[in-house]
Amino acid sequence: MSSVVEHFPVLVVVVSLLSAITIFIAGWINRKTSCYISIATLLGQFIASLFILHHVMTIGPIYYRLGGWVPPWGIEYVMDALNAYVLVILLFLGLVCVIYSKRNIEHELPQKVVSFYTIYQLLITGLCGITVTGDIFNMYVFIEITCLSAYALIGSRGKIALKASFTYLILGSIGACFFLLGIGFLYAVTGSLNMKDLSILLPPLYGNRVVLAAFVFFIVGLSIKMALFPLHTWLPDAHAFAPSEISAMLSGIIIEISTYAFIRVAFSVFTVNFIKLLPIFEIISWIAAIAIIIGSILAITQTNLKRMLAYSSVANMGYIMLAVGLSTSASHYPWSGLTPAGMHILNHALMKSCLFLVAGAFIYKANLWEIKDFQGLGRRMPYTSAAFVIAALSMIGVPPSVGFVSKLYIILASLEAKQFVFVAVLLLSSLLNLVYFWRVIETMYMKVEEGTERTHTSHVPRDEIPLSMLIPILTLSSLCILMGILWLMKIPIPILSRVNVLFGLVGGP
Amino acid sequence: MIGLTESIQPLLALLCPALGSILILISGKRPNVREAWTLLASLFQFLIILSMVPIILKGERIESYLFTMFPGIDFGFRVDAFGLLFALTASSLWIVVSIYSIGYMRALKEHAQTRFYFCFALAILGAVGVALSGNLVTMYIFYEILTVSTYPLVAHEQSSEALFAGRKYLAYLLTGGCFLLGAIALTYSVAETTDFRPGGILTGTMASRSMFLILFVLFIIGFMKAAYMPFHSWLPTAMVAPTPVSALLHAVAVVKAGVFGIVRTVCYIYGIDLMRDLGLGIMLASFAALTMIGASLFAIAQDNLKKRLAYSTISQLSFIIFGVALLSPMGVMGAMIYIPFHGFMKITLFLCAGAILVASGKKDISEMAGIGRAMPITMLAFTVGALGMCGVPPVAGFISKWFLAIGAVQSGQMVFLALLLIASLLDVVYFYPIIRTAFFEKMPQDEVLKEREAKVALFSKKTEIIETRRPLYYFILLPIAITASFSILFCLFPDLFHIYGLAQVAIRDLFRGW
Repeated sequence: MSSVVEHFPVLVVVVSLLSAITIFIAGWINRKTSCYISIATLLGQFIASLFILHHVMTIGPIYYRLGGWVPPWGIEYVMDALNAYVLVILLFLGLVCVIYSKRNIEHELPQKVVSFYTIYQLLITGLCGITVTGDIFNMYVFIEITCLSAYALIGSRGKIALKASFTYLILGSIGACFFLLGIGFLYAVTGSLNMKDLSILLPPLYGNRVVLAAFVFFIVGLSIKMALFPLHTWLPDAHAFAPSEISAMLSGIIIEISTYAFIRVAFSVFTVNFIKLLPIFEIISWIAAIAIIIGSILAITQTNLKRMLAYSSVANMGYIMLAVGLSTSASHYPWSGLTPAGMHILNHALMKSCLFLVAGAFIYKANLWEIKDFQGLGRRMPYTSAAFVIAALSMIGVPPSVGFVSKLYIILASLEAKQFVFVAVLLLSSLLNLVYFWRVIETMYMKVEEGTERTHTSHVPRDEIPLSMLIPILTLSSLCILMGILWLMKIPIPILSRVNVLFGLVGGP
Repeated sequence: MIGLTESIQPLLALLCPALGSILILISGKRPNVREAWTLLASLFQFLIILSMVPIILKGERIESYLFTMFPGIDFGFRVDAFGLLFALTASSLWIVVSIYSIGYMRALKEHAQTRFYFCFALAILGAVGVALSGNLVTMYIFYEILTVSTYPLVAHEQSSEALFAGRKYLAYLLTGGCFLLGAIALTYSVAETTDFRPGGILTGTMASRSMFLILFVLFIIGFMKAAYMPFHSWLPTAMVAPTPVSALLHAVAVVKAGVFGIVRTVCYIYGIDLMRDLGLGIMLASFAALTMIGASLFAIAQDNLKKRLAYSTISQLSFIIFGVALLSPMGVMGAMIYIPFHGFMKITLFLCAGAILVASGKKDISEMAGIGRAMPITMLAFTVGALGMCGVPPVAGFISKWFLAIGAVQSGQMVFLALLLIASLLDVVYFYPIIRTAFFEKMPQDEVLKEREAKVALFSKKTEIIETRRPLYYFILLPIAITASFSILFCLFPDLFHIYGLAQVAIRDLFRGW
């Protein structure tokens, strides 16, 4: 007897796609409905993803054959521990951002509400598709859907945002081309597009130059998509000029989904055996280490909060890729294999989206972009600022926040790999984080304009953002601490251990 | 065999400041309620910690583990005699300083008082957490909480000077924190545990000699809170903070957490035997001696009273490091009881400095001529504290220095005894001028004249006593009187609050058969 949950992978994608069309039509009649439809859809999807995760953890992977076609001929959706986990993160974040966006979009893009939500829902469709699919060409299609909707959303403010969007369009398309080339090469030698099928057909061909070239194409293509240094140049502008909830989605999940795609390609299409043949992961870890340092240094030089956060994302992609790079050499539970990488995907999503939403709140309330203008915000918007402080402390890695746990796990993994340089890089990076985040906190709370009276009686009028924007921010920031404690208690670790077992990376309690 | 008792007492002790901080935040609009919460939390915490003493004195340990973080590392608390000693110091002084803060903050009409009390409670949470932690990782978590929660207190004034001090404070201490995290991770990868054990956990591991040396250096840099030279300059800069902060955090909680960590590393991570084998003891002792003497010399040059006290703290902290680096039973004993004794004496001095500031507005020693007659109780207490610092009986400082001296003899290095005595002598050199100025110098003549014009009758009889001019000042005087009298009582009865007994238990664990 098959459970209804086994149909959820395809439903998550299809419902989202249908919802996009519904929003477009319903929005014609009444513009106000579009946001609610979007919230309802995402809520449904999020609940469905929880069911999927539960099913995967208790019963086992879900294989869904589209149209009943038997793979490798038909497209197959495969849910295992990794993508079930990523799907939950992605839909949770999507939900949080869409709740936040209601007031913000009415304020920022009053004329484009309907199209915003339509494209937003398409973006979610694309992201879900990348996650659930077990077919590599299908993955490419969804990557394109995601990116096309992201271009539109980034450009939605017009003016300079259009330029940012265009840069992203060009670079993103180049990245996608590389990805497609990789697929083509693999198809040429194996004649298959199903990931599982490929992983069976490929091992005899591991020495083949075409296969090697394909792997390199995948790496380069996805590195552009995930803004891994030095291919990060599109990211700062795109993040800075997009509407804030889109920045949060971009930084929190869109670039991270590319790391997911990378992990999927590296471990599901190719396998651990292939990776161990080449020093490729070592090279990736070193590039990632450089990305961490350069990203942080560039963040320090920024004066615009959102640009600063964007460069911080470059550094954090470095964290994830460093953790991925170390995954083959770390085998001790609990920091074995992909655990630190998977952990940081969630942690970075929480921290960075919280920070971007706060940045959006400042823009919403007072049109504040530059860090130096933030004086007195600590009193004016106490809850928003407190959320920022928590998320920033988390980025710095103050225990017991999520940032601390990620840092600790990656450090332990690099120690096991005997890579002491990476330990130093991680520690240095948390100091650099301190430098650029503390500047903001200091301005918000401590800096006082010359000549103002500093007595306990002076009260700045409170000017908080609406509740529908505040609740998402506070949820994310409290999760920064809560998840940190949960990680330390190792409650979500079994999911990631399952991933390691799945990919043949040793580890497990 | 050491008995283990499972108990939630350590958790309760930490719950007090945690809950207290939330209640403080909620009742921020009503100062009386807010300060009542502070007092209640501190009182309860002290009682809970005191209730653990009898169990520890029996030679048992109190454990409460919550969950496992990594194989071999649990998040949890294991209370031993040494940890309890520090916890007792921090929590007992929190009560005193809470009373003092009420008087001080209200008298100076400070802004953002809710933030002040909130962060203060969090800092105590950090300090007591450090004291009670059962392993390095748990300790690190609280150590960092302590660092971050103290920042708003240091930068409290929000002037550019205070902001600079805050930045410097964070830069130094979080850099230290990074080194510490590296050291902890390295220890874990070598020893596969980070528990504090009396014999050390590194003995018998596969690491090479040079690895041990590097690790030790990482640890010492990591505990930058101990303010040894050349990484000391954050402490004098941080003196722009309100006096209660300088008193509790920069005489007791923060800096002692650093020293506490060093003692933990030396005695419970490396272990006395390994330290001896590696010859690290002599290196550390020489290093500490440098600060002991160097900081005293710096102190002589300071005119700002709080800055001079800060350099004195730097010097005294190194006495503790020095004591433990002697690796002899009495040296370690001296170092351990130095923590509470120095806490009480130094806090007296800081509170006096604050009282002078509140009552007369004076910060510099050169302005304080004749202040002993205007503020007799305060300056009497100050003298007690200063005598204690110099190691004169019957003040507590004598006992701890006495043990250090015996420890130096026990270690067989007579040079160290000489260094100890020189450093103590320097203490006299920088404390004596303050007392002389306060009691034996007359108020500057022109000032006297001015005052005479104003109130002739009053001045001709005697100097006006300014320390009891406002009822609020009693909140300031009472804590000073308490800590000063305890400084004396500790010398007469070293086992008060079982401090001596606790130190003995700790020594018995560390040096078996001694």
